[in-house]
Amino acid sequence: MPVAPAITDVDKLKGHPALARLLDATSVVVEGAKFDREEMTIYVSRSSIREACVLLRDDPNCPFEFFSDVTAVDWYPQEPRFEVVYHLLSLSKKERVRLKVKLGGDDPAVESITSVWPAANFFEREVYDLFGIRFNGHPYLRRILMPENWEGHPLRKDFPVEGYR
Amino acid sequence: MDPVKDRTMILNMGPQHPSTHGVLRVILEIDGETVVRIMPDIGFLHTGIEKTCEAKFYQQVVPLTDRIDYLCPLTNNLCYCLAVEKLLGLEIPPKAQWMRVMLNELTRINSHLVWLGTHALDIGAMSVFLYCFREREDILRLFEAVSGQRMMTSYFRIGGLALEPPLGFFDRVKEFADRFPARVDEYENLLTVNPIWTMRTKGVARISADDAIALGASGPTLRGSGVDIDLRRDMPYSSYEKFKFKVPVSTEGDVFARYMCRVQELRESNSIVQQALAGMPEGKIKADAPKVILPDREKMKTQMEALIYHFKIITEGFAVPEGEVYQAVESPRGEMGYYVVSDGTAKPFRVHMRGASFANLQTLPLMCEGRLIADVVAAIGSIDIVLGEIDR
Repeated sequence: MPVAPAITDVDKLKGHPALARLLDATSVVVEGAKFDREEMTIYVSRSSIREACVLLRDDPNCPFEFFSDVTAVDWYPQEPRFEVVYHLLSLSKKERVRLKVKLGGDDPAVESITSVWPAANFFEREVYDLFGIRFNGHPYLRRILMPENWEGHPLRKDFPVEGYR
Repeated sequence: MDPVKDRTMILNMGPQHPSTHGVLRVILEIDGETVVRIMPDIGFLHTGIEKTCEAKFYQQVVPLTDRIDYLCPLTNNLCYCLAVEKLLGLEIPPKAQWMRVMLNELTRINSHLVWLGTHALDIGAMSVFLYCFREREDILRLFEAVSGQRMMTSYFRIGGLALEPPLGFFDRVKEFADRFPARVDEYENLLTVNPIWTMRTKGVARISADDAIALGASGPTLRGSGVDIDLRRDMPYSSYEKFKFKVPVSTEGDVFARYMCRVQELRESNSIVQQALAGMPEGKIKADAPKVILPDREKMKTQMEALIYHFKIITEGFAVPEGEVYQAVESPRGEMGYYVVSDGTAKPFRVHMRGASFANLQTLPLMCEGRLIADVVAAIGSIDIVLGEIDR
Protein backbone atom coordinates (compact mmCIF):
# COMPACT_ATOMS: atom_id res chain seq x y z
CA MET A 1 0.00 0.00 0.00
CA PRO A 2 1.73 3.23 -1.09
CA VAL A 3 1.90 6.10 1.37
CA ALA A 4 -0.02 9.22 0.35
CA PRO A 5 2.28 12.19 -0.34
CA ALA A 6 2.68 14.77 2.40
CA ILE A 7 0.66 17.99 2.19
CA THR A 8 2.82 21.02 2.94
CA ASP A 9 0.55 23.82 1.72
CA VAL A 10 -0.50 25.83 4.78
CA ASP A 11 -3.68 27.09 3.08
CA LYS A 12 -4.93 23.56 2.45
CA LEU A 13 -4.38 22.57 6.08
CA LYS A 14 -6.16 25.50 7.70
CA GLY A 15 -8.99 23.24 8.82
CA HIS A 16 -6.84 21.63 11.48
CA PRO A 17 -7.82 23.15 14.86
CA ALA A 18 -4.25 23.62 16.10
CA LEU A 19 -2.98 25.26 12.92
CA ALA A 20 -6.03 27.54 12.69
CA ARG A 21 -5.51 28.65 16.26
CA LEU A 22 -1.83 29.43 15.73
CA LEU A 23 -2.40 31.25 12.43
CA ASP A 24 -4.99 33.48 14.08
CA ALA A 25 -2.64 34.54 16.84
CA THR A 26 -0.43 37.52 16.13
CA SER A 27 2.15 36.55 18.74
CA VAL A 28 3.11 33.27 17.04
CA VAL A 29 5.09 33.01 13.82
CA VAL A 30 4.10 29.86 11.89
CA GLU A 31 6.90 28.95 9.50
CA GLY A 32 5.21 26.04 7.81
CA ALA A 33 3.07 22.96 8.22
CA LYS A 34 3.05 19.38 7.06
CA PHE A 35 0.35 16.72 7.06
CA ASP A 36 1.92 13.33 6.55
CA ARG A 37 0.71 9.82 7.45
CA GLU A 38 -2.31 11.24 9.32
CA GLU A 39 -0.04 13.34 11.53
CA MET A 40 0.06 17.11 11.72
CA THR A 41 3.36 18.95 12.06
CA ILE A 42 3.57 22.71 12.59
CA TYR A 43 6.85 24.60 12.34
CA VAL A 44 6.96 27.63 14.58
CA SER A 45 9.70 30.18 15.00
CA ARG A 46 12.20 29.78 17.79
CA SER A 47 10.95 32.77 19.75
CA SER A 48 7.26 31.79 19.73
CA ILE A 49 7.31 28.20 20.96
CA ARG A 50 6.27 29.02 24.52
CA GLU A 51 3.45 31.27 23.34
CA ALA A 52 2.30 28.60 20.88
CA CYS A 53 2.16 26.02 23.68
CA VAL A 54 0.12 28.35 25.92
CA LEU A 55 -2.32 29.05 23.07
CA LEU A 56 -2.80 25.38 22.25
CA ARG A 57 -3.16 24.37 25.89
CA ASP A 58 -5.85 26.98 26.55
CA ASP A 59 -7.67 26.61 23.22
CA PRO A 60 -11.41 26.56 24.08
CA ASN A 61 -12.39 24.45 21.05
CA CYS A 62 -9.67 21.83 21.05
CA PRO A 63 -7.45 22.13 24.14
CA PHE A 64 -4.15 20.29 23.86
CA GLU A 65 -3.91 19.98 27.61
CA PHE A 66 -1.61 16.96 27.73
CA PHE A 67 2.09 17.27 27.05
CA SER A 68 3.35 13.97 25.63
CA ASP A 69 6.94 14.41 24.70
CA VAL A 70 9.77 16.65 23.67
CA THR A 71 12.85 15.42 21.89
CA ALA A 72 15.27 16.57 19.22
CA VAL A 73 16.66 15.42 15.89
CA ASP A 74 20.17 16.27 14.72
CA TRP A 75 20.43 16.78 10.94
CA TYR A 76 24.21 17.31 10.97
CA PRO A 77 25.88 18.48 8.72
CA GLN A 78 22.81 20.39 7.44
CA GLU A 79 22.02 23.83 8.80
CA PRO A 80 19.88 24.67 10.72
CA ARG A 81 21.13 21.59 12.40
CA PHE A 82 18.65 20.77 15.17
CA GLU A 83 14.93 20.25 15.24
CA VAL A 84 13.28 20.31 18.65
CA VAL A 85 10.10 18.25 18.41
CA TYR A 86 7.11 18.66 20.75
CA HIS A 87 4.21 16.22 20.84
CA LEU A 88 0.93 17.39 22.32
CA LEU A 89 -2.28 15.47 22.92
CA SER A 90 -5.82 16.69 23.35
CA LEU A 91 -7.46 14.47 25.97
CA SER A 92 -10.96 15.69 25.18
CA LYS A 93 -10.76 15.72 21.35
CA LYS A 94 -8.30 12.81 20.96
CA GLU A 95 -6.12 14.79 18.61
CA ARG A 96 -2.36 14.93 18.38
CA VAL A 97 -0.18 17.68 17.05
CA ARG A 98 3.55 17.98 16.60
CA LEU A 99 5.33 21.30 16.96
CA LYS A 100 8.82 21.84 15.62
CA VAL A 101 11.45 24.48 16.17
CA LYS A 102 14.58 24.65 14.02
CA LEU A 103 17.83 25.61 15.71
CA GLY A 104 21.25 26.38 14.30
CA GLY A 105 24.25 24.36 15.44
CA ASP A 106 26.01 27.39 16.88
CA ASP A 107 24.96 27.67 20.54
CA PRO A 108 21.49 26.08 20.18
CA ALA A 109 19.00 27.40 22.70
CA VAL A 110 15.23 27.70 22.94
CA GLU A 111 12.83 28.92 25.56
CA SER A 112 11.77 26.34 28.13
CA ILE A 113 8.12 25.33 28.33
CA THR A 114 8.32 24.11 31.93
CA SER A 115 6.21 27.10 32.95
CA VAL A 116 3.43 25.84 30.65
CA TRP A 117 3.72 22.16 31.58
CA PRO A 118 5.90 21.16 34.56
CA ALA A 119 6.03 17.76 32.82
CA ALA A 120 8.56 19.14 30.37
CA ASN A 121 11.15 19.35 33.14
CA PHE A 122 12.73 15.89 32.77
CA PHE A 123 12.25 15.82 29.00
CA GLU A 124 14.08 19.10 28.46
CA ARG A 125 16.87 18.01 30.75
CA GLU A 126 17.20 14.86 28.66
CA VAL A 127 17.44 16.85 25.42
CA TYR A 128 20.00 19.16 27.04
CA ASP A 129 21.98 16.16 28.23
CA LEU A 130 21.99 14.19 24.99
CA PHE A 131 21.96 16.99 22.38
CA GLY A 132 23.43 19.98 24.18
CA ILE A 133 20.43 22.20 23.44
CA ARG A 134 19.86 24.73 26.21
CA PHE A 135 16.39 25.61 27.45
CA ASN A 136 16.26 29.18 28.73
CA GLY A 137 14.21 29.56 31.88
CA HIS A 138 14.44 25.90 32.89
CA PRO A 139 14.53 25.64 36.71
CA TYR A 140 17.20 22.93 36.94
CA LEU A 141 19.01 22.43 33.65
CA ARG A 142 21.55 19.74 34.48
CA ARG A 143 22.51 16.39 32.98
CA ILE A 144 19.93 13.74 33.79
CA LEU A 145 21.00 10.43 32.21
CA MET A 146 24.74 10.80 31.63
CA PRO A 147 27.26 11.34 34.46
CA GLU A 148 27.75 14.96 35.53
CA ASN A 149 31.35 15.05 34.25
CA TRP A 150 30.59 13.54 30.84
CA GLU A 151 32.08 15.31 27.85
CA GLY A 152 30.01 15.76 24.71
CA HIS A 153 26.41 15.02 23.86
CA PRO A 154 25.89 11.40 22.78
CA LEU A 155 22.88 11.73 20.49
CA ARG A 156 24.56 14.29 18.23
CA LYS A 157 25.38 12.73 14.90
CA ASP A 158 29.06 13.70 15.17
CA PHE A 159 29.38 11.71 18.40
CA PRO A 160 30.62 8.21 17.50
CA VAL A 161 28.36 5.28 18.41
CA GLU A 162 31.15 3.54 20.30
CA GLY A 163 32.09 6.80 22.09
CA TYR A 164 35.41 8.59 22.10
CA ARG A 165 38.32 6.29 22.89
CA MET B 1 20.52 19.79 47.57
CA ASP B 2 21.39 21.83 50.66
CA PRO B 3 19.50 21.56 53.92
CA VAL B 4 17.41 24.71 54.33
CA LYS B 5 17.31 24.63 58.09
CA ASP B 6 19.62 23.19 60.72
CA ARG B 7 16.98 20.74 61.83
CA THR B 8 16.69 18.92 58.51
CA MET B 9 19.01 16.24 57.19
CA ILE B 10 19.64 14.64 53.80
CA LEU B 11 18.92 10.94 53.40
CA ASN B 12 19.82 8.86 50.39
CA MET B 13 17.43 6.18 49.33
CA GLY B 14 19.02 3.98 46.73
CA PRO B 15 20.39 3.42 44.17
CA GLN B 16 20.29 -0.11 45.55
CA HIS B 17 17.41 0.14 47.96
CA PRO B 18 15.29 -2.94 47.33
CA SER B 19 12.02 -1.04 47.42
CA THR B 20 13.01 1.39 44.67
CA HIS B 21 12.22 -1.12 41.92
CA GLY B 22 15.55 -0.98 40.18
CA VAL B 23 18.36 1.49 40.36
CA LEU B 24 16.46 4.61 41.34
CA ARG B 25 18.13 6.99 43.74
CA VAL B 26 15.88 9.26 45.73
CA ILE B 27 17.39 12.12 47.71
CA LEU B 28 15.22 13.00 50.66
CA GLU B 29 15.46 16.04 52.87
CA ILE B 30 13.82 15.03 56.11
CA ASP B 31 12.74 16.72 59.28
CA GLY B 32 12.51 13.84 61.74
CA GLU B 33 10.30 11.34 59.94
CA THR B 34 8.70 13.94 57.68
CA VAL B 35 9.86 14.49 54.12
CA VAL B 36 10.50 18.16 53.39
CA ARG B 37 11.85 17.80 49.87
CA ILE B 38 12.40 14.87 47.58
CA MET B 39 14.38 14.59 44.39
CA PRO B 40 14.62 11.52 42.18
CA ASP B 41 18.04 10.95 40.62
CA ILE B 42 18.05 8.72 37.55
CA GLY B 43 20.38 7.57 34.81
CA PHE B 44 22.07 4.59 36.47
CA LEU B 45 20.62 2.21 33.90
CA HIS B 46 21.31 4.38 30.84
CA THR B 47 22.58 2.19 28.03
CA GLY B 48 22.18 4.51 25.07
CA ILE B 49 19.53 2.45 23.31
CA GLU B 50 18.39 5.44 21.21
CA LYS B 51 21.93 5.88 19.90
CA THR B 52 22.32 2.16 19.24
CA CYS B 53 19.10 2.12 17.20
CA GLU B 54 20.62 4.59 14.73
CA ALA B 55 23.38 2.09 13.91
CA LYS B 56 21.07 -0.88 13.27
CA PHE B 57 18.76 -1.91 10.46
CA TYR B 58 15.07 -1.40 11.13
CA GLN B 59 14.43 -5.07 11.86
CA GLN B 60 17.43 -5.26 14.20
CA VAL B 61 15.92 -2.68 16.52
CA VAL B 62 13.07 -4.99 17.61
CA PRO B 63 15.16 -6.94 20.18
CA LEU B 64 16.46 -3.65 21.58
CA THR B 65 12.92 -2.51 22.31
CA ASP B 66 12.48 -5.49 24.64
CA ARG B 67 15.10 -4.03 26.92
CA ILE B 68 13.36 -0.66 27.27
CA ASP B 69 10.62 -1.86 29.55
CA TYR B 70 11.55 -5.35 30.61
CA LEU B 71 8.21 -6.01 32.29
CA CYS B 72 6.19 -5.51 29.11
CA PRO B 73 8.52 -6.25 26.18
CA LEU B 74 5.67 -7.14 23.84
CA THR B 75 4.08 -3.71 24.28
CA ASN B 76 7.36 -2.13 23.21
CA ASN B 77 7.71 -4.52 20.27
CA LEU B 78 4.20 -3.60 19.19
CA CYS B 79 4.71 0.13 19.49
CA TYR B 80 7.91 0.10 17.47
CA CYS B 81 6.48 -2.22 14.80
CA LEU B 82 3.35 -0.08 14.47
CA ALA B 83 5.48 3.03 14.02
CA VAL B 84 7.62 1.49 11.27
CA GLU B 85 4.58 -0.11 9.63
CA LYS B 86 2.97 3.33 9.52
CA LEU B 87 6.09 4.71 7.85
CA LEU B 88 6.01 1.88 5.31
CA GLY B 89 2.24 1.92 4.85
CA LEU B 90 1.90 -1.80 5.56
CA GLU B 91 -1.42 -3.55 6.03
CA ILE B 92 -1.33 -6.18 8.78
CA PRO B 93 -3.52 -9.30 8.46
CA PRO B 94 -6.33 -9.66 11.04
CA LYS B 95 -4.92 -12.77 12.68
CA ALA B 96 -1.62 -11.04 13.41
CA GLN B 97 -3.47 -8.04 14.84
CA TRP B 98 -5.58 -10.19 17.13
CA MET B 99 -2.58 -12.18 18.26
CA ARG B 100 -0.86 -8.90 19.05
CA VAL B 101 -3.81 -7.73 21.11
CA MET B 102 -4.02 -11.03 22.99
CA LEU B 103 -0.32 -11.13 23.78
CA ASN B 104 -0.31 -7.48 24.77
CA GLU B 105 -3.03 -8.09 27.30
CA LEU B 106 -1.18 -11.11 28.68
CA THR B 107 1.85 -8.84 29.00
CA ARG B 108 -0.24 -6.29 30.83
CA ILE B 109 -1.37 -8.98 33.28
CA ASN B 110 2.25 -10.09 33.65
CA SER B 111 3.43 -6.55 34.35
CA HIS B 112 0.62 -5.78 36.78
CA LEU B 113 1.32 -9.01 38.65
CA VAL B 114 4.94 -8.03 39.21
CA TRP B 115 3.78 -4.57 40.26
CA LEU B 116 1.15 -5.96 42.66
CA GLY B 117 3.54 -8.45 44.20
CA THR B 118 6.39 -6.02 44.77
CA HIS B 119 4.11 -3.16 45.81
CA ALA B 120 2.51 -5.35 48.46
CA LEU B 121 5.93 -6.62 49.50
CA ASP B 122 7.14 -3.04 49.99
CA ILE B 123 4.23 -2.28 52.26
CA GLY B 124 4.75 -5.53 54.18
CA ALA B 125 2.31 -8.06 52.73
CA MET B 126 4.69 -10.85 51.84
CA SER B 127 2.30 -13.58 50.78
CA VAL B 128 0.72 -11.64 47.90
CA PHE B 129 4.10 -11.62 46.19
CA LEU B 130 4.19 -15.41 46.14
CA TYR B 131 0.64 -15.69 44.80
CA CYS B 132 1.33 -13.17 42.04
CA PHE B 133 4.52 -14.83 40.90
CA ARG B 134 2.71 -18.16 40.69
CA GLU B 135 0.43 -16.77 37.97
CA ARG B 136 3.23 -14.80 36.38
CA GLU B 137 5.14 -18.04 35.92
CA ASP B 138 2.19 -19.42 33.93
CA ILE B 139 2.27 -16.38 31.64
CA LEU B 140 6.02 -16.62 31.16
CA ARG B 141 5.57 -20.25 30.14
CA LEU B 142 3.02 -19.14 27.55
CA PHE B 143 5.50 -16.60 26.22
CA GLU B 144 8.17 -19.27 26.06
CA ALA B 145 5.83 -21.54 24.14
CA VAL B 146 4.97 -18.89 21.56
CA SER B 147 8.30 -17.11 21.14
CA GLY B 148 10.96 -19.35 22.66
CA GLN B 149 11.80 -16.74 25.27
CA ARG B 150 10.35 -16.11 28.71
CA MET B 151 11.01 -12.39 29.08
CA MET B 152 12.76 -10.83 26.08
CA THR B 153 10.25 -12.17 23.61
CA SER B 154 10.88 -10.11 20.41
CA TYR B 155 7.92 -11.94 18.96
CA PHE B 156 6.47 -9.22 16.78
CA ARG B 157 8.10 -8.37 13.48
CA ILE B 158 7.70 -5.37 11.23
CA GLY B 159 4.79 -6.60 9.14
CA GLY B 160 3.39 -9.29 11.40
CA LEU B 161 4.53 -12.00 13.76
CA ALA B 162 7.75 -13.99 13.87
CA LEU B 163 6.23 -17.48 13.95
CA GLU B 164 2.93 -19.30 13.85
CA PRO B 165 1.81 -20.03 17.42
CA PRO B 166 2.54 -23.69 18.28
CA LEU B 167 -0.11 -26.40 18.34
CA GLY B 168 -2.22 -26.33 21.46
CA PHE B 169 -1.14 -22.81 22.36
CA PHE B 170 -4.66 -21.37 22.34
CA ASP B 171 -5.88 -24.19 24.60
CA ARG B 172 -3.18 -23.33 27.10
CA VAL B 173 -4.08 -19.63 26.99
CA LYS B 174 -7.76 -20.50 27.42
CA GLU B 175 -7.00 -22.69 30.41
CA PHE B 176 -5.10 -19.80 32.00
CA ALA B 177 -7.75 -17.21 31.19
CA ASP B 178 -10.50 -19.40 32.66
CA ARG B 179 -8.74 -19.83 35.96
CA PHE B 180 -7.33 -16.32 36.32
CA PRO B 181 -10.41 -14.35 37.56
CA ALA B 182 -10.58 -16.57 40.66
CA ARG B 183 -6.94 -15.74 41.31
CA VAL B 184 -7.67 -12.02 41.20
CA ASP B 185 -10.36 -12.67 43.81
CA GLU B 186 -7.65 -14.23 45.95
CA TYR B 187 -5.44 -11.14 45.72
CA GLU B 188 -8.36 -8.90 46.50
CA ASN B 189 -9.27 -11.01 49.52
CA LEU B 190 -5.73 -10.54 50.77
CA LEU B 191 -5.55 -6.79 50.15
CA THR B 192 -8.69 -4.84 49.25
CA VAL B 193 -10.50 -5.74 52.46
CA ASN B 194 -7.36 -5.90 54.58
CA PRO B 195 -7.46 -3.12 57.24
CA ILE B 196 -3.65 -2.83 57.41
CA TRP B 197 -3.45 -2.45 53.62
CA THR B 198 -6.17 0.17 53.50
CA MET B 199 -4.59 2.15 56.35
CA ARG B 200 -1.28 2.22 54.53
CA THR B 201 -2.78 3.20 51.18
CA LYS B 202 -5.99 5.22 51.60
CA GLY B 203 -5.41 8.96 51.58
CA VAL B 204 -1.68 8.47 51.03
CA ALA B 205 0.30 10.24 48.29
CA ARG B 206 -2.68 12.10 46.86
CA ILE B 207 -2.48 13.86 43.52
CA SER B 208 -5.25 15.84 41.86
CA ALA B 209 -6.33 15.38 38.25
CA ASP B 210 -5.03 18.81 37.20
CA ASP B 211 -1.65 18.22 38.78
CA ALA B 212 -1.39 14.77 37.24
CA ILE B 213 -2.11 16.15 33.76
CA ALA B 214 0.30 19.06 34.21
CA LEU B 215 3.05 16.66 35.27
CA GLY B 216 2.48 14.40 32.28
CA ALA B 217 1.26 11.37 34.21
CA SER B 218 -0.55 8.73 32.19
CA GLY B 219 -2.01 5.27 32.56
CA PRO B 220 -3.30 4.12 35.96
CA THR B 221 -1.45 6.99 37.65
CA LEU B 222 -3.70 9.42 35.74
CA ARG B 223 -6.85 7.29 35.86
CA GLY B 224 -6.46 6.91 39.62
CA SER B 225 -7.02 10.67 39.80
CA GLY B 226 -10.26 10.51 37.85
CA VAL B 227 -9.14 11.29 34.29
CA ASP B 228 -10.89 8.86 31.99
CA ILE B 229 -8.40 8.27 29.18
CA ASP B 230 -7.13 5.03 27.74
CA LEU B 231 -5.42 5.01 24.34
CA ARG B 232 -6.69 1.51 23.60
CA ARG B 233 -10.26 2.79 23.65
CA ASP B 234 -9.81 6.44 22.65
CA MET B 235 -7.20 6.19 19.88
CA PRO B 236 -7.38 2.50 18.99
CA TYR B 237 -4.54 0.68 17.27
CA SER B 238 -4.09 -2.93 16.16
CA SER B 239 -7.90 -3.48 16.05
CA TYR B 240 -8.56 -2.70 19.73
CA GLU B 241 -11.77 -1.06 18.55
CA LYS B 242 -13.22 -4.55 18.01
CA PHE B 243 -12.95 -5.46 21.69
CA LYS B 244 -15.31 -4.56 24.49
CA PHE B 245 -13.74 -3.57 27.78
CA LYS B 246 -14.23 -1.12 30.60
CA VAL B 247 -11.63 1.43 31.59
CA PRO B 248 -11.41 1.43 35.40
CA VAL B 249 -11.21 4.93 36.87
CA SER B 250 -11.00 5.99 40.52
CA THR B 251 -11.36 9.54 41.71
CA GLU B 252 -9.46 9.71 45.02
CA GLY B 253 -5.99 9.97 43.46
CA ASP B 254 -4.29 8.14 46.32
CA VAL B 255 -2.28 4.92 46.46
CA PHE B 256 -5.41 2.87 47.02
CA ALA B 257 -7.13 4.42 43.98
CA ARG B 258 -4.21 3.51 41.73
CA TYR B 259 -4.20 0.03 43.24
CA MET B 260 -7.89 -0.42 42.49
CA CYS B 261 -7.43 0.79 38.90
CA ARG B 262 -4.74 -1.76 38.21
CA VAL B 263 -6.48 -4.65 39.92
CA GLN B 264 -9.63 -3.99 37.89
CA GLU B 265 -7.47 -3.78 34.77
CA LEU B 266 -6.30 -7.32 35.50
CA ARG B 267 -9.89 -8.49 35.09
CA GLU B 268 -10.51 -6.37 31.98
CA SER B 269 -7.32 -7.58 30.32
CA ASN B 270 -8.30 -11.14 31.03
CA SER B 271 -11.66 -10.49 29.41
CA ILE B 272 -9.90 -9.10 26.30
CA VAL B 273 -7.76 -12.25 26.15
CA GLN B 274 -10.91 -14.36 26.26
CA GLN B 275 -12.55 -12.27 23.52
CA ALA B 276 -9.45 -12.60 21.36
CA LEU B 277 -9.46 -16.37 21.84
CA ALA B 278 -13.14 -16.64 20.98
CA GLY B 279 -12.93 -14.56 17.81
CA MET B 280 -9.41 -15.33 16.60
CA PRO B 281 -9.52 -14.96 12.79
CA GLU B 282 -7.96 -17.49 10.47
CA GLY B 283 -5.37 -16.52 7.92
CA LYS B 284 -1.84 -15.34 7.50
CA ILE B 285 0.34 -13.89 10.23
CA LYS B 286 2.52 -11.76 7.96
CA ALA B 287 1.72 -8.91 5.61
CA ASP B 288 2.21 -9.35 1.89
CA ALA B 289 5.47 -7.45 1.50
CA PRO B 290 8.33 -9.72 0.41
CA LYS B 291 10.88 -6.91 0.49
CA VAL B 292 10.26 -6.25 4.17
CA ILE B 293 9.29 -9.57 5.72
CA LEU B 294 11.57 -12.58 5.79
CA PRO B 295 10.25 -15.48 3.67
CA ASP B 296 9.26 -18.81 5.19
CA ARG B 297 12.05 -21.34 5.63
CA GLU B 298 10.29 -23.89 3.45
CA LYS B 299 9.98 -21.46 0.55
CA MET B 300 13.65 -20.60 0.76
CA LYS B 301 14.54 -24.22 0.08
CA THR B 302 12.56 -24.38 -3.15
CA GLN B 303 12.20 -20.83 -4.51
CA MET B 304 15.06 -18.76 -5.81
CA GLU B 305 13.25 -15.46 -5.22
CA ALA B 306 12.61 -16.21 -1.58
CA LEU B 307 16.28 -16.95 -1.10
CA ILE B 308 17.27 -13.68 -2.75
CA TYR B 309 14.85 -11.64 -0.63
CA HIS B 310 16.13 -13.34 2.49
CA PHE B 311 19.72 -12.53 1.57
CA LYS B 312 18.88 -8.93 0.71
CA ILE B 313 16.91 -8.25 3.90
CA ILE B 314 19.58 -9.76 6.13
CA THR B 315 22.57 -8.08 4.47
CA GLU B 316 21.13 -4.75 3.34
CA GLY B 317 17.94 -4.31 5.33
CA PHE B 318 15.04 -2.57 3.64
CA ALA B 319 14.69 1.10 2.81
CA VAL B 320 11.88 2.97 4.55
CA PRO B 321 10.38 6.02 2.82
CA GLU B 322 11.29 9.39 4.25
CA GLY B 323 9.06 10.69 6.98
CA GLU B 324 8.39 10.71 10.67
CA VAL B 325 5.84 9.03 12.88
CA TYR B 326 4.82 9.27 16.51
CA GLN B 327 3.03 6.11 17.56
CA ALA B 328 1.66 5.81 21.07
CA VAL B 329 0.21 2.74 22.74
CA GLU B 330 -1.24 2.16 26.18
CA SER B 331 1.47 0.29 28.05
CA PRO B 332 0.74 -1.07 31.55
CA ARG B 333 2.25 2.17 32.87
CA GLY B 334 0.62 4.66 30.52
CA GLU B 335 1.41 6.35 27.24
CA MET B 336 4.35 4.59 25.61
CA GLY B 337 5.35 6.50 22.50
CA TYR B 338 7.84 5.81 19.73
CA TYR B 339 8.98 8.67 17.54
CA VAL B 340 10.72 7.24 14.47
CA VAL B 341 12.34 9.45 11.83
CA SER B 342 13.40 7.97 8.51
CA ASP B 343 15.73 9.58 5.99
CA GLY B 344 14.95 7.01 3.31
CA THR B 345 17.73 4.55 4.15
CA ALA B 346 17.67 1.11 5.77
CA LYS B 347 18.62 2.42 9.20
CA PRO B 348 16.38 4.62 11.34
CA PHE B 349 17.64 8.19 11.42
CA ARG B 350 16.27 8.71 14.91
CA VAL B 351 14.28 6.57 17.32
CA HIS B 352 12.99 8.19 20.46
CA MET B 353 11.02 6.40 23.14
CA ARG B 354 8.61 8.30 25.33
CA GLY B 355 8.56 6.17 28.46
CA ALA B 356 5.45 6.43 30.58
CA SER B 357 7.47 5.91 33.77
CA PHE B 358 9.78 8.79 32.85
CA ALA B 359 6.92 11.25 33.06
CA ASN B 360 5.12 9.45 35.89
CA LEU B 361 8.20 9.70 38.09
CA GLN B 362 7.87 13.48 38.06
CA THR B 363 4.72 13.21 40.16
CA LEU B 364 6.70 11.73 43.06
CA PRO B 365 7.74 15.03 44.75
CA LEU B 366 4.17 16.32 44.76
CA MET B 367 2.88 13.05 46.20
CA CYS B 368 5.42 12.74 49.00
CA GLU B 369 6.38 16.15 50.30
CA GLY B 370 5.05 16.71 53.79
CA ARG B 371 4.44 13.01 54.37
CA LEU B 372 6.36 10.26 56.20
CA ILE B 373 9.30 8.32 54.79
CA ALA B 374 7.24 5.12 54.90
CA ASP B 375 4.73 6.77 52.55
CA VAL B 376 7.50 7.43 50.02
CA VAL B 377 7.91 3.68 49.65
CA ALA B 378 4.16 3.26 49.13
CA ALA B 379 4.13 6.12 46.59
CA ILE B 380 7.05 4.75 44.55
CA GLY B 381 5.29 1.40 44.39
CA SER B 382 2.00 2.98 43.39
CA ILE B 383 3.32 4.79 40.31
CA ASP B 384 4.77 1.49 39.06
CA ILE B 385 8.04 2.70 37.59
CA VAL B 386 10.38 0.60 35.49
CA LEU B 387 13.86 2.03 35.44
CA GLY B 388 14.76 0.45 32.14
CA GLU B 389 12.16 2.63 30.50
CA ILE B 390 13.23 5.74 32.38
CA ASP B 391 16.94 5.50 31.68
CA ARG B 392 16.91 3.72 28.31
